[in-house]
Amino acid sequence: MKLQELTEKPDLFTGGHRACAGCGFPILIRLVMSVVDTPVVVGAATGCLSVTTALYPYSSWRVPFIHNAFENAAATISGVEAAYCTFKRRGRLNTEIRFIAFGGDGGTYDIGLQSLSGTMERGHRILYICYDNGAYANTGIQRSSATPRGANTTTTPVGKKSYGKIRPRKNLTYIMADHGIPYVAQAAISHWRDLMTKTKKALETEGPSFINVMAPCRLSWGNNPQETVDLVEEAVNSCCWPLFEVENGKWRLNFKPKTKTPYHHWLRRQTRFRHLFHPTENEELIQDLQAEVDRNWEELLSRCQ
Amino acid sequence: MKAPNWKEIPPGGVIAKGGTAFQYATGDWRNSRPIHDLELCINCLRCWVYCPDASIKVKDGKVVGIDYDHCKGCGICSKECPTNPKAIKMFNETDFGESHPSEF
Repeated sequence: MKLQELTEKPDLFTGGHRACAGCGFPILIRLVMSVVDTPVVVGAATGCLSVTTALYPYSSWRVPFIHNAFENAAATISGVEAAYCTFKRRGRLNTEIRFIAFGGDGGTYDIGLQSLSGTMERGHRILYICYDNGAYANTGIQRSSATPRGANTTTTPVGKKSYGKIRPRKNLTYIMADHGIPYVAQAAISHWRDLMTKTKKALETEGPSFINVMAPCRLSWGNNPQETVDLVEEAVNSCCWPLFEVENGKWRLNFKPKTKTPYHHWLRRQTRFRHLFHPTENEELIQDLQAEVDRNWEELLSRCQ
Repeated sequence: MKAPNWKEIPPGGVIAKGGTAFQYATGDWRNSRPIHDLELCINCLRCWVYCPDASIKVKDGKVVGIDYDHCKGCGICSKECPTNPKAIKMFNETDFGESHPSEF
């Protein structure tokens, strides 16, 4: 896969959408759409993605795009896929069409989990991509089950007795892998080649596939807009967001950082974790968070052997 | 785009044509402007990969300029540019006067 060749393909996702400057998910969509070779139908859960890219009368999509409610992006796209299969069986359609659903972490980890789980269990040939920014960013940064521990959100506010979110994040990629579907992967926007390869693999998979991608929201993370990609790279290097894939039950680690950077380097760059360092450093908690990252990393390594 | 009246709006608010957002210029959000230097550029296309607004113009595998109609000035292209000195540098928008981005 050469970038030069990809630039010659028509842009299926145009500029002019209303996402913030330095937002993470448009990068993800551009990377995904640039490797799509067959006609696709895209579905999306409610979230910044649907609000900023399909705002009547403007749409950034040059492919059919369906927006349904918060909880049923997966159910909607599975219905479209079922209709397509019926049409194909009756000989009314001969084209190969692929189906992709996008959802934010709120619409995937929390609200849309049951419809996603059902879709995966029924075995529709769809690709579900979750762009994980770790909060309900569109509605004003409430906590979601993807919010990392210690983060300040409007529903886990920092105060004298609270250091932000108390519970650790849910590991959705593991949950999806436990569904026993043919392809599950975790990727990040900073590693474009890895993400494109995984998308290609997922689209070629005969059956349901799921990719979880870290894509920052700069409003809730509180980083400078130009650091969006760099910050994700730091997350991957600190091993708090490892890149791996599960292909037919076989776990494979895709990227092992040369030197594992301390987790607090990543935390320090975001204002949502500012209270951990100012006015005094909460060393005990930072060590605790680091231990948690290390534990999860070791556990993943043992799965990937 | 002229606003349609109620008879012209399709049922369900369906957007009948794709890619219409391209007509909407988000370039006036920008407060810092990327300037691309053809001579320093090594055409690695990292800027093209990471631009959230599809604003890096590429022709025949080479970066030829920046689409100022849609660029929001986030600066990711400049930050991710691997050359030293950087082939894309950010400048304050006020340095260029008050002309509208579509006039370039």
